[in-house]
Amino acid sequence: MEDEKTITVKLVFGGGVEVLFSNKRNQSITIPAQAPASGSHPSRPADLRYLILWMSESLLTDRKELFVDGETVRPGILVLVNDTDWELEGELDYELQKGDEVVFISTLHGG
Amino acid sequence: MAPPRTCALCQTARPIVRRPKTGQQVCKECFFHVFETEVHNTIMSAKLFKPGDRVAIGASGGKDSTVLAHVMKVLNDRYDYGLEMYLLSIDEGITGYRDDSLESVKRNQQEYGLPLKILSYDELYGWTMDAIVEQIGRKNNCTFCGVFRRQALDRGAAALNVDHIVTGHNADDIAETVLMNIMRGDIARLGRCTLICTQGEDSIKRSKPFKYAYEKEIVMYAYFKKLDYFSTECIYSPDAYRGHARVFLKDLEAARPSAIIDIIHSGEAFQIGEAVELKAQQTCKRCGYMSSNDLCKACTLLESLEKGMAKLATGDRNRRRLDEEPAPENMRTIPMFHRATPAEPAAAP
Repeated sequence: MEDEKTITVKLVFGGGVEVLFSNKRNQSITIPAQAPASGSHPSRPADLRYLILWMSESLLTDRKELFVDGETVRPGILVLVNDTDWELEGELDYELQKGDEVVFISTLHGG
Repeated sequence: MAPPRTCALCQTARPIVRRPKTGQQVCKECFFHVFETEVHNTIMSAKLFKPGDRVAIGASGGKDSTVLAHVMKVLNDRYDYGLEMYLLSIDEGITGYRDDSLESVKRNQQEYGLPLKILSYDELYGWTMDAIVEQIGRKNNCTFCGVFRRQALDRGAAALNVDHIVTGHNADDIAETVLMNIMRGDIARLGRCTLICTQGEDSIKRSKPFKYAYEKEIVMYAYFKKLDYFSTECIYSPDAYRGHARVFLKDLEAARPSAIIDIIHSGEAFQIGEAVELKAQQTCKRCGYMSSNDLCKACTLLESLEKGMAKLATGDRNRRRLDEEPAPENMRTIPMFHRATPAEPAAAP
């Protein structure tokens, strides 16, 4: 399924975000390796900005606003790439690598 | 390629998290250590406990109380606090929500080996939240739940004969509450909401060891420690007002992470003038719980439920109609648990 034109990454959901994704805690997805131009961003290798856009278009049906806010995730959702805070990895600009694991955890639920 | 980054604290390991409070990039081991040490410092500087204290951890099965139970256990062992700890859970009677979250509390109990007490609304008030919502609908039911939960925690703590209840309220929660109290102009609560420790008439202290702990770090801690917690939103109307404050605060934090601590400090700096008279406390004529009126809030709400007029109980406008209705016969008295009084100086019986 994967060739040079696509890239497969693993998505993990926790803290309540999983309810937006059919209650699946993790899934493997394959997306185009090259992100098409969008907004002010030219075509480029797939990055987290593109992944989030792709997820909101392909995986989310309704209540998108509970996950995305503009081009990024809603404040209060933590993102980790290969178990590292995405704030250390360039956030939206992080370029996805084959086999990366991207974790989304909501901090907004329950005490 | 840029040289690999290293942890700001140990200068060796690869960093895995950026601390919102300081902007420091820290590795996993240093993150655990600095998070635990800051909670320890909060506990020590507020002198929350003394050796031999009996402490109940308010445990909901959610992220904050799960991390709190874990950290309290770690610190009690590491620094030899000498605390006798219990888990105290309140079962509101919400099918598909609380029954599931109590399962994670039970797993925590196994893991930490702490005794667990579960006290239910049904047992105390004769009503589950499911039944209350059936009568009053989804609007305003949080008022009932909030009043009932607070009293239930106090009563459960008395039943466990503890000196102290600790809850998982974190820095984000407190900053939200500061914002809400400012927006509502609630001066009395604004003065109280930033206190790390409060003490009711029943002499049981309540405190918040996570007062300065950011939600992001609590969630990261749970993630990296692989702690098992429950994270479903309550199925009944979420607290909409708090929801707005929360979204606003998260937006502020995204712009400037120190905003959360800054707001707490602002809340602390508000001086409540002596002129603001706080209502004198008495005890409830029906159940004996501390109260500022003849009947405590829980008894008032319970009476409105028994009269089948609970919809009128949450607004002032309709209160008179509610008061005119005679109390039903056999009106339930909420059971009171009394703490065993500390050994009194040898007075002959």
